[in-house]
Amino acid sequence: MSDHVNPIERFLRMDRMPHIWCPGCGIGVVVNCFVRAIEKSGIDRDRMAVVSGIGCTGRIAGYIKMDSFHTTHGRPIPFATGLKVARPDLSVVVLSGEGDLISIGGNHFIHGARRNSDIKVFCVNNFTYAMTGGQVGPTAPMHSIATTAPYGSYDKPFNLPFLADSSGAVYVARWTTYHVRQLARSMTEALAKPGFCFVEIVAPCPTIYSRRNRLGDGLDAMRYYKKASKVVNGANTRMVGLELKGPIIVGKFVDRDRPTLLEAMNNEFIPKLGKKYTPYPTGVNR
Amino acid sequence: MPKADPRGVLSGVHFLDGDQACCEGALAAGCRVAFGYPITPSTAVVERISRRLPLVGGVFVQMEDEIASSIAIQGAAWGGKKVMTVSSGPGISLMMEHVGFAAMTETPCVFVNVQRGGPSTGLPTLPAQADMMQARWGSHGDYEIIALCPNSPQECFDLTILAFNLAERYRVPVMFMMDEAVGHMTEKVVIPDAKEIDVEQRRLPEGPKEDYLPYRAGENMVPPMAPLGEGYRFHVTGLTHDEKGYPAMDAGAQAELVRRLVDKILLQADDICRVEEHQVEDAEVIIVAYGITSRVVLRTLQMARDKGLKVGVFRPVVVWPFPVKRLRQLARLGQTRAFVVPELNLGQISLEVERIAAGDARTVSVPHAGGALHDPPEILRVIEEVLG
Repeated sequence: MSDHVNPIERFLRMDRMPHIWCPGCGIGVVVNCFVRAIEKSGIDRDRMAVVSGIGCTGRIAGYIKMDSFHTTHGRPIPFATGLKVARPDLSVVVLSGEGDLISIGGNHFIHGARRNSDIKVFCVNNFTYAMTGGQVGPTAPMHSIATTAPYGSYDKPFNLPFLADSSGAVYVARWTTYHVRQLARSMTEALAKPGFCFVEIVAPCPTIYSRRNRLGDGLDAMRYYKKASKVVNGANTRMVGLELKGPIIVGKFVDRDRPTLLEAMNNEFIPKLGKKYTPYPTGVNR
Repeated sequence: MPKADPRGVLSGVHFLDGDQACCEGALAAGCRVAFGYPITPSTAVVERISRRLPLVGGVFVQMEDEIASSIAIQGAAWGGKKVMTVSSGPGISLMMEHVGFAAMTETPCVFVNVQRGGPSTGLPTLPAQADMMQARWGSHGDYEIIALCPNSPQECFDLTILAFNLAERYRVPVMFMMDEAVGHMTEKVVIPDAKEIDVEQRRLPEGPKEDYLPYRAGENMVPPMAPLGEGYRFHVTGLTHDEKGYPAMDAGAQAELVRRLVDKILLQADDICRVEEHQVEDAEVIIVAYGITSRVVLRTLQMARDKGLKVGVFRPVVVWPFPVKRLRQLARLGQTRAFVVPELNLGQISLEVERIAAGDARTVSVPHAGGALHDPPEILRVIEEVLG
């Protein structure tokens, strides 16, 4: 037995180890970066709640030692919106996969961004429904192979940064699991920023997606991400769509300010209701 | 028991419809966060609550759909608020996913269903009582909920408070089963002083945080519910879970959890059930009716008694859990020959009555597909046939 201690162990429910994720999976990297972002942000983890949906990434809520909610498929964003409305003093983070957030939860995603709920959405995009064995997902590049796209997928995938940007998110970034420092930094920035902040994390699924599409193992994914990624901060999100084995534009694409849902509510009600209205608390003390 | 926060209580005598009275009941009960989506005939509830909540320190957000509304309330419930959402048949069908989630995670919340004719889009502006079985069985898996059936605007106020109190006491989704007729009926509603309104408070855990087991049943087979953001570091999942709240994928954990979720309601039905009875003592025929139909049958009762017929009325005010014990007693009274069950569906509760009567008394359904109410003489004719 090694006596090495995982540096983020105190943030994990060690009594639930070993976890379910496969060797080479990108989700562990995301957990690691998330914990580093919490530490860097200085936010007391007991003043933060983690919300996940269903799927491999959805299991993060169960492994992280914080107040955590493993909700229903596609619904972590409205759950988190309710949580934040009830407890604006807490930081609320959604960690889930692209099948959960963008396919079954797509409507909640665009409306969460539109109303600028003060929640942080960190989306692991591995291009497939991994937990159910590898069906085609809403971001799967054209021509990729999946159990339900045995001859290649033929419907156009979503470009997530563009979707988030055009729906109204105030912060939009994309990194791969190769870009651990940049990812942790983006998560830290998102945690500090009021409003609907979205970070897409392009992640490998060696067991299910990579194998079927002959993309190699977890290490090959790192080599590919290193070679194919190009940092373009402020890129036009319309131009950052992904293709099978194609280039990956990463960076911080959007960083703008507008009132959060609760701030906008106060802005509307204070002048109209006057003394009849007590301004609602709107956020964490950042 | 603690009393209501006076800010939310519109004390006085009002002229309100059932939808509005339900909204006022929710505010009196302490509801401070609501999410909803418009649908006839429940829209007046969300319209009023969107106007009233900002004045009492609360928040209403109109969500993108009923699915979002039904899970957003649960986020807010875990944030410590008393919460509700409001809809009608088609929207309630969409919410069923989260009735199951609330049952599984033991999240206190209230779902108001102003029933209309179905299936599908059905009769948006006309009454029915056809969601009674959906209220109980609509989500997948074995679980129990509580369902109440008001029959007047006054009860829409009073029983909404009871719905919130039961949701908190049992940590269970409560279905508030109105119908179009009750929702749109306008009558006198008396709202008492806040100090006369009992409001159930959520039971919090005691003892060291490290030892807290989020799903260890306490008093009443219900686990205390930890507040968020105070270092309990608890986990909530819709997966089958153990006392720690951790996923537990085996038959033993499933049996233990599901049995408790069901038993905490069924074994405590005596505390939950509310019934109303009229002249059952000597009745040979007992009309069993709930919601709006329980008002219609009072006319039938009067007509029958005027004719010298020994008829009574039994009304479950709480329909789920069903008042099994009392109905069985009535079935076994020597003189009870039959239960006559008029309802605005094709016989949902009448099957429950028949099961409970177990042959000790006949059960005769008086079905109505909805869109209008029963005609009192129509029910009387059935009674006369039964009495032959």
